[in-house]
Amino acid sequence: MNKQGQKRGPWREVWRRLKQNKAAMVGLAIILILVFSAIFADFIAPYGYDDQDLKARLQGPSMQHFLGTDNFGRDILSRIIYGSRVSLQVGFIAVGIAIAVGGTLGAISGYYGKRLDNVIMRLMDVLLAIPGILLAISIVAALGSGLQNVMIAVGIGSIPGYARIVRSSVLTIREQEFIEAARAVGASDFRIITKHIIPNALAPIIVQSTLGVAGAILSAAGLSFIGLGFQPPTPEWGAMLSTGRNFIRDHWHMTAFPGLAIMITIFGLNLLGDGLRDALDPRLKN
Amino acid sequence: MDKNKKMLSINNLSIHYITEEGTVAAVQDMNLEVAEGETLGLVGETGAGKTTTALGIMRLIPEPPGKIVQGEIVFQGKNLLDMTTEQMREIRGNKISMIFQDPMTSLNPVIPVGEQIAEVIILHQNVNAREALERAAEMLEKVGIPPERIKEYPHQFSGGMRQRVVIAIALACNPKLLIADEPTTALDVTIQAQVLKLMNNLKKEFNTSMIMITHDLGVVAEVCDKVAIMYAGNVIEYTDKKSLFTEPRHPYTLGLFGSIPSIEDDEERLNPIKGLMPDPTNIPSGCPFHPRCPKVMEICSEKVPKDTEVSKGHFVKCLLYEE
Amino acid sequence: MHKYILRRLLLLIPVMLGVAFIVFTMMYFTPGDPAAIMLGEAASEHDVERLREEMGLDRPFIVQFSTYIKNLVVHQDIGRSYQSKKPVVTAILERFPTTLKLAALGVLVAVLLGIPTGIISATKQYSIFDSASMVAALLGVSMPNFWQGLMSIIVFSVWLGWLPSSGFSTPMHMILPALTIGTSSAAIITRMTRSSMLEVIRQDYIRTARAKGQKEFIVITRHALKNALIPVLTVVGLQFGYLLGGAVLTETIFSIPGVGRLMVDAIKQRDFPIVQGGVLFLAITFSFMNLLIDILYAFVDPRIKSQYK
Repeated sequence: MNKQGQKRGPWREVWRRLKQNKAAMVGLAIILILVFSAIFADFIAPYGYDDQDLKARLQGPSMQHFLGTDNFGRDILSRIIYGSRVSLQVGFIAVGIAIAVGGTLGAISGYYGKRLDNVIMRLMDVLLAIPGILLAISIVAALGSGLQNVMIAVGIGSIPGYARIVRSSVLTIREQEFIEAARAVGASDFRIITKHIIPNALAPIIVQSTLGVAGAILSAAGLSFIGLGFQPPTPEWGAMLSTGRNFIRDHWHMTAFPGLAIMITIFGLNLLGDGLRDALDPRLKN
Repeated sequence: MDKNKKMLSINNLSIHYITEEGTVAAVQDMNLEVAEGETLGLVGETGAGKTTTALGIMRLIPEPPGKIVQGEIVFQGKNLLDMTTEQMREIRGNKISMIFQDPMTSLNPVIPVGEQIAEVIILHQNVNAREALERAAEMLEKVGIPPERIKEYPHQFSGGMRQRVVIAIALACNPKLLIADEPTTALDVTIQAQVLKLMNNLKKEFNTSMIMITHDLGVVAEVCDKVAIMYAGNVIEYTDKKSLFTEPRHPYTLGLFGSIPSIEDDEERLNPIKGLMPDPTNIPSGCPFHPRCPKVMEICSEKVPKDTEVSKGHFVKCLLYEE
Repeated sequence: MHKYILRRLLLLIPVMLGVAFIVFTMMYFTPGDPAAIMLGEAASEHDVERLREEMGLDRPFIVQFSTYIKNLVVHQDIGRSYQSKKPVVTAILERFPTTLKLAALGVLVAVLLGIPTGIISATKQYSIFDSASMVAALLGVSMPNFWQGLMSIIVFSVWLGWLPSSGFSTPMHMILPALTIGTSSAAIITRMTRSSMLEVIRQDYIRTARAKGQKEFIVITRHALKNALIPVLTVVGLQFGYLLGGAVLTETIFSIPGVGRLMVDAIKQRDFPIVQGGVLFLAITFSFMNLLIDILYAFVDPRIKSQYK
C-alpha cells in the first residue's frame, strides 16, 4: 500500500548523487532562475514588454537599458524576461504533450504487443522519417501560427522518442516477477500499467524530457525565427532574433542578447539532463 | 627444475591503486622467482592481487590510478621497471606474453583472427604481411584450429576455440615467459582440460617459463612446479608444489585445502574459511589475515609478519613461524 | 547481402506511404481553398467552383489521397506551385542540389571536427583538452544554429569584413553556412565519439593489443577506432537528416537558394503544394540516407554482416 515509503530511498540517493555533480547544479540553478523570472516577470522586468519609447529607438546597452532597446524603443532586457514565460511554457507543454501521447502509445504497444505493437511502431517510424523541424513547420503551416499550435507542432515530433522509451521499459519489466504477482492478485491492465510499469520507466523519461524541453525551446524559437511562431508584440526570443536580423548591420545587440538567452537556457537544461542521466544510472558514467 | 637459469625475479615489488576512496595496496612487498622452463602458480581469491602482478610484469598497469611504488622486476637480468616504453614494447608479445581470462572479450571483434595473430608476428619478426599470415595459419594449426578458418572473425568461434586463438597469439613469437591469467576459468569444464593440456604441451615444446594465475588448486596440481599463495596483496606462502600439498603451513593455505571436498576422507562437511576478503581500501592492521585466522594470536593485529623460511625454499608470512 | 538491401528497400515503401499520408492529410485540412488561392481574389465564384471540380477537390478524402499517390508513383507528380505554376517536383529538383551540398558540407564539418576531438578527449580523459572540448561541445549543442549564423555574420562579415554574408556560389560563400549548419552536429558527434571511445578503450581486446607490444597510436587507430566508430556512424546518419531540416533555417539566414528557402517563401505565400512537396522530398532523402548507413554498418561490423549472409 505505502509505495511512497519504499520510493523515497532510491530518489533520495539520486538527489544525493545529483548534488555532488557541480555542472548539474549550475544547470539546475539556471533553470530555477529562469522559472523564477518567468513567474515574477512583472516585478523583475524594469519595463513592460510592450512599452514603446520612440525617442529611444535602437539604442545600445546603457544604464537605462542594460541590453539596449529595439526598433520600437522597447527595453530588450524586459522583453527577454517576459520571453522566458513563452519559451518555458512552450518547452514544458510541448514535452508534456509528447510524454502523454508517446508514453500512452508506447505502454499500449509494449504491453499488448503483436499487431497493435506493429501498427503503432510503424506509425512512429513514419514520424521519425520526417526531420523534426520539417514536421513542425508543416504542422504549423497547416494549423496556423500561435502559441498553442507551436506547442502541438513541436510536441508531435518528439512523440516517437517517448513511445520507444516506454515501450522498451515495458518489454523488460513485463516479464518480471512482480508483474506476474500483481496479475495473480487480479490487478487490471490499466492498474498494472499505471502503478507498476510507468514508475519503472520514469528514469529514462526524466532524462529524455529534460533534454526534450531544450529541444522544444530550440524548435519553437526556430519556427518563430522563420515567421511561423508567434506574432508581435509577443516577446518571444526567436521572434526577437528575427526582428534583430533586419538591423544586423548596425545594431548587433538586438540579435546577440535574445540568442544568448536561448543558449543559456538550453545550456542549463543540457547540464541538468546530463547530470540526471549520470545520477539516475551511475553505471553509464565514465 | 633448472634452478641455475633465472628467467624472472620479482624483488620487493609493491603496486598501489590510488583512488578517491583511498589507496589500495594491490601488491605488497612481493618476492618471487621463475627459472627457465619452470611454471609458477599464483593462487588466491579474486582481488588478492594476482592480475595486478601479471599486469605489473607486462608494465600494463593503468596509470593513474595504478602506481608501482617500489621494487624491481628483473627479466633475463634486466629490470623491466627501468625500461623505456619503446624497449618494453619490444618485450611484450615477444619475450613475455600474456593470456587473458575471458576469451569472449580478449579478441577484437572486427578483425579476422588470422590478422590478429599475424599482427604480433609482424611486430616482432622481420617478415612481411603475407609471410606473417602463413605463420599465423601454422600457429592456428598448432593450437588445433583448421588453418582454413584464418579469415573468420572471433564471433564465429566458440569460447574454447577463441582461447586457442589467444594462446596462438601469445605463443606466436615463441616467448621466454608466458603469463596465463586464469586461462580456463571462463570455459566449460571439459574444454578446460583440453586447453590446459594444450598449454602444457606447447610450453614443453617451446621450453617456455610460465606464470599460471588461478584460484583452482586442481590446476596447480596439474601444471605447476612452484606455487605462491596470495592474500590481500601479500604472498603469504611460497614453495614448491610438493611441499605445498604435503606440508602447507600458513593457516590461510590450510583453509584453502579445507575448502576442497575430498573423496578419500569421509568428511561430514567442508571447512570453508570464515569471514570475507577484507575491503581493499581498509586492510586490517598487522597480518591482513588475522581477523579470519583460526590460529590468531594477540600480536597478529599489531605486527606485520615477514617472510620466514620454514624449510629450504619454503617461505611463509606468518607470525606463528617467526622467531 | 543483396537480399538484405532488397528487404530494407521494401520496408521503406510503407514508411514512405505513411509520410505521404501525413503530408497529404495536413494539406487537406489546411484552411483555405486551393482553387481560390490559385485564381486569386479577382476570380468569380463560378470559376473557382469549376477549378475545384477540375482539380478533384470536391471528391472524398480517400479518393483524393489515392489519386495523389497514383500521380506520385506513376508520374512523379505531386501538383503544381500555386504561385509559379511550375510542377512541384521540378521546382524542388532545381533547388535540391544546393540543399544537399549544404547538408553534406555540414556533415563534413561535423565529422572532421567531431571525430578527432572525441578521440583525443577520450584518450586524454580528464585532461584540460578533454574538459575544454566537453564544455565547447555542450555549448555547441546548446547554441541555436540560426543565432550562431547571425552572430557569425556580425563578426566575420559586418565587423571584420572577411566573409560574405549571403549566397552560396563560391567556397568563400560556403564557409559560414557550412560552419553554422555543422556546429551542433559536430558537438553531438564529439560527445558520441568520446563516450564510445571511452567504452572501447576499457575493453579486454585493447589490453590484448597492448600486450602484443603494439604502439599506442596503432592501438587507438586500428583496434579501438574501428569498434568505436560503429555507433558513431548511426549518429552521423541521423545528423544528416537533422541537417536537411536545419537547412531551412540556415538557407533563410544566408539567403541560399535551396529547398529550405523555397519552403519558407512558399509558407509565406500560402503555396502549400511546395511546402508539402519539400517535406516529402526531404523525408525520402533522409530515409534513404539512413538505409545507406545501415548498409554501411554491415561492412564495418562483421557480426552484423554474417547475420545477413
